[in-house]
Amino acid sequence: MASITMKNIVKEYDDGFPAVNDISIDIEDGEFVILVGPSGCGKSTLLRMIVGLEDITAGDMLIDGERVNEKPPRERNLAMVFQNYALYPHLTVYENIAFPMRLAKGQFSEADVEEKVQKAAGMLELTEHLDRKPANLSGGQRQRVAMGRAIVREANAFLFDEPLSNLDAKLRGQMRAEISQLQRTLNTTSVYVTHDQTEAMTLGDRVAVLKKGLLQQIASPRELYEQPANLFVAGFIGAPSMNFLPGTVETSSTGSMSLNTPLGQIELPEHIAAAGKGRDIVLAGIRPEFFAEASTVDESKRGRGSVFTAELTHVEWLGNEQYGYISYENDPRVVDTLQDLAHDMDADDLRTQLVVALEAMSRVRGGDSTDLWVDTRRIHLFDPATGENLTRDEEAGAELTRLAAEDRKRERERSAAGA
Amino acid sequence: MAGSKGLTGRQKLGWAVVSVLVLVYALFPVTAIFANSFKTQADLGNPTFWPANWTFTHYEMIFVGSAQELFLTSLRNSIGITLIATFIAVVLATLCAYAIARLNFPGKRVILGAALAVSIFPVISVVTPLFNLWRTIGLYDTWLGLIIPYLSLTLPISIWTLSAFFRQIPWELEQAAQVDGATQWQAFRKAIIPLAAPGVFTTAILAFFIAWNDFVYGISLTSTEAARPVPAALAFFQGASQFEEPTGAISAAAIVVTIPVVILVLLFQRRIVSGLTQGAVKG
Repeated sequence: MASITMKNIVKEYDDGFPAVNDISIDIEDGEFVILVGPSGCGKSTLLRMIVGLEDITAGDMLIDGERVNEKPPRERNLAMVFQNYALYPHLTVYENIAFPMRLAKGQFSEADVEEKVQKAAGMLELTEHLDRKPANLSGGQRQRVAMGRAIVREANAFLFDEPLSNLDAKLRGQMRAEISQLQRTLNTTSVYVTHDQTEAMTLGDRVAVLKKGLLQQIASPRELYEQPANLFVAGFIGAPSMNFLPGTVETSSTGSMSLNTPLGQIELPEHIAAAGKGRDIVLAGIRPEFFAEASTVDESKRGRGSVFTAELTHVEWLGNEQYGYISYENDPRVVDTLQDLAHDMDADDLRTQLVVALEAMSRVRGGDSTDLWVDTRRIHLFDPATGENLTRDEEAGAELTRLAAEDRKRERERSAAGA
Repeated sequence: MAGSKGLTGRQKLGWAVVSVLVLVYALFPVTAIFANSFKTQADLGNPTFWPANWTFTHYEMIFVGSAQELFLTSLRNSIGITLIATFIAVVLATLCAYAIARLNFPGKRVILGAALAVSIFPVISVVTPLFNLWRTIGLYDTWLGLIIPYLSLTLPISIWTLSAFFRQIPWELEQAAQVDGATQWQAFRKAIIPLAAPGVFTTAILAFFIAWNDFVYGISLTSTEAARPVPAALAFFQGASQFEEPTGAISAAAIVVTIPVVILVLLFQRRIVSGLTQGAVKG
């Protein structure tokens, strides 16, 4: 086990295109860090630089404090799980798992190999399949063989390159849980690359969000969700995505401040409004679950938000909740920003509809007009020009990440005590 | 065939008829030659298919009799020239296909296109200039003088089949092995060679057939036993007198040179078929 430190890492291709641009990340011993971002953001390149399959143009890569930039992969003692599993098709499952030990000639006796392979196979429920060839295994089993090969190494760290993207949705959920448990049990430093924000949020102690080779934010999943650094992180994290409603902060005759949006006036708490005051236009980031039907909101709670009336275009009922959609005319001044954002996130829709999460019991249907309440305390305001989050509370965010680290530490001690 | 499960009785019958027709069409000439090779000299003129009396005289003639020298030396030439040409073709094609499959370099398509162009170039149009050139530079009637044109026949198909085959190898394995602790050479030897070997082997067999079966170069670029391969040598067999056609001896020799090809195909038919269809269908 080891810590991994990246200092101002740059990867530039021959044509001068920087795939990874000045990224610095400290990964603690035993930590599970996720690199997430849309395709082409440099996350896989960064992972391959850690393991040594890609040259580093500039910057320092340290494993346990030791610079490894020039070391070949085999001297870094890292284990990697590839997207396409990368199993050796001519070898049995047993030999696939034993492969790293066979390469380290003389270090492992036949009995050692047997013991380690059996142990890993037991952990991954592969014991019955040890004599089979990879071609005869299901996708999930192949993935487990690949993990078995990583486990027997007792490597400094595990690196995962989109390991679940070839599996179907149901199996993906199951394997996600297995990877999480395995990492918690073994307590091995892990770096995991994915483009799926659900995987990122559920697996990571900390999540690094990348876009076009630049690190946007690295924080605990909660901090990313509650205190995103910019428009991109806010939009990328969370499903369905955060709504971005254009508007201008105005002061009414009574002195209260509100946001003038295409959907009407939304009153804002003072500290949020202050951040957006005096600006020509801002984007209000409102997550779907910040909304509720006004009739279902407690009187005591209602005062902490704002109510407006809107017509739903259609409704999707999902059992545990339902999503209502509201169309609105977008402000021409932010169309470009939102289009760029959609493009950056690999989406192609021009998001001129608002998504609101409603209670599953609600009988509102498409075409109905209804009073909606929105929790204005959690709204963030963004600058459409720079994407900067104007209302980000650094301290609150840091606190969330600190709490997550504490939880993790407790969990680790518990697993250490259990082992 | 995997799809034959769903066929109705009628379709099965149809396929059976077609198969029999194809088999008869393909095997009749071979069977006729086989039958001729066992006929006595007198019997050869008779309009019967099978020999009246089975005899081994023609085989005796080519192995120990008067045609021995002609046949055995040409057999030695054929084996030697074909093996060398195959070996060189496979080594060069392996390197070439490896580069085509692994690297991105300008002119990649040109190489593949040129290989294809060479393979569809009619042999007969090359052979006359080659004859003159070889005579001038002293390659006429030598092993090397045949090996070089044979390479032009075997290289294109070898490059094509091997690059199709190599493209299907999951090269990620090489990296996986390196991460697992292998050196670059170990990764290649333990992860890639076991996967590439069947393709190289198949290609070698295909290249061998092509060189082995050549007639035009063999007859045009040789004049003596120094380099003449079997297909060409068959034309130089002589009967017992000048009024006698050496049909029996030629038939016997043809059967003998066909045997290694048939054995190779029977042993490796599965691999040859999968090698030829590599890249055509994924998986």
